[in-house]
Amino acid sequence: MAMEAIYILWLRQLKRYLRSRSRIIGSLGQPLLFLIALGYGFGPVFQKAGQGNYLEFLAPGVIAMTVLFTSIFSGIDLIWDRQFGFLKETLVAPASRLQIMIGRTLGGATVSTLQGIIVFFISIIAGFRPANLAMLPFAFLVMLLIALLFTALGTAIASLLEDFQGFQMIMNFLVMPLFFLSGALFPLAGLPAIITLVASINPLAYGVDGLRWALVGASHFGPGLDLVVLGGLDALFLVIGAYLFSKIQI
Amino acid sequence: MPNEPSIQAKNLTKKFADFTAVDNISFSVNRGQTFAFLGPNGAGKTTTIKMLTTLLRPTSGEMLVNGYSPVTNQDDVRRSFGIVFQDPSLDDELTAYENMQFHGVLYKVTNLEKRIEDLLKFVELHDRKNDFVKHFSGGMKRRLEIARGLLHTPKVLFLDEPTLGLDPQTRNHIWSYLKQLNKTEGITVFFTTHYIEEADRVADYVAIIDNGKIVAQGTPKELKKQTKTASLEDAFLSLTGRKIREETAGAAEQMRMRHRLWRR
Repeated sequence: MAMEAIYILWLRQLKRYLRSRSRIIGSLGQPLLFLIALGYGFGPVFQKAGQGNYLEFLAPGVIAMTVLFTSIFSGIDLIWDRQFGFLKETLVAPASRLQIMIGRTLGGATVSTLQGIIVFFISIIAGFRPANLAMLPFAFLVMLLIALLFTALGTAIASLLEDFQGFQMIMNFLVMPLFFLSGALFPLAGLPAIITLVASINPLAYGVDGLRWALVGASHFGPGLDLVVLGGLDALFLVIGAYLFSKIQI
Repeated sequence: MPNEPSIQAKNLTKKFADFTAVDNISFSVNRGQTFAFLGPNGAGKTTTIKMLTTLLRPTSGEMLVNGYSPVTNQDDVRRSFGIVFQDPSLDDELTAYENMQFHGVLYKVTNLEKRIEDLLKFVELHDRKNDFVKHFSGGMKRRLEIARGLLHTPKVLFLDEPTLGLDPQTRNHIWSYLKQLNKTEGITVFFTTHYIEEADRVADYVAIIDNGKIVAQGTPKELKKQTKTASLEDAFLSLTGRKIREETAGAAEQMRMRHRLWRR
């Protein structure tokens, strides 16, 4: 079996993550700010509008945001490996590109899921209380599905790019819209038709919804649909990512 | 078998969109030979190495590495060579030992721990094996890359400018390792360098490439005789001319430059 190659690439991603403590801490600043500034800032308004506790609503969205950003970055990180030579070392090895891509993506997705779990605990410190602790494993599963999807997407994008010049564009025209139009910050019910439509074709919306169902017990699309969409898109993006990765020329 | 060449290229050509990087070259490297592939910047050296090592597909022509085709028999070729790339290809965030381990697992090396220990001793990095590569000097990184390239006991070792930017002491050291290997294990060494006097000293056979074409090949002695010059460097200059070659920096080079700036 070719599991060794997948395993060692996964392990490498994990080691790199665990060793970059400043990166771990740095990447937690943003979710914390969102939880405190938005959670407490919009709390009263949300309450007055009869929607309940905003922090409860927001926390799953911020966790999903963390997973989204970390995943995209760890996929895009491939550019770095490509330009600083390490990718060559893996590409001349007698392992298939599919194994290399899968190992790398699983590693990145594991890291993003860990980040999501850390933010989950931070949100508890900020005052968030999950509705049902027995649902936590399901929440972690949804995080992993989100993570796989966007790490594969990041890898696919990175396979097409030579350097970080297009990075700003990806952030502004892909990652930010994915986040802001996912229902992470506001309920999807009763919105203008165009926003509802955009949200319904946004993969992250299903991730946020699945997480919210697991952590708070409320769902817009229904957990079944969430899982089907996430699982299906995971498979699709892994195939696309693997294909584009296999076409990289050094 | 012993007379079968270790590396063979026949009418090898690589075209990119608007220019021909490697233009119909043919050469052959015997088993156990130390082969120097020389040429000015942008002559096609690295492109040739990339084709031989399965990273690039040739536009046309044939080649064999250790008896296998890098196009149709990639995995057999990959198992049979080790490579030290022009730019460092270590993971800075891993230790020396972990870099070796990564390689060993990918190549399914048996008796891995012992092999890593032996090779780290060979390149005199054993006492630094648990240090992160980011704290290594250029010379230490090169030695580690050589050890890594040898980990899976390849028959052929490709070295793309292995001594670039290193001081004479380290360069000497590296060549003494390579000579030793070449002698004891009969490894074929294929290398490129800009230090022509180095090639003069260590190479059994030299091919000079310019503008994608091989302009001369032979032993250092033959080349000097052919050009009626005293040193291989003069022979090189008389064959390739004195004009300075301009190479435009690609995306990778620009990024590396920025990276170096940020590091300071």
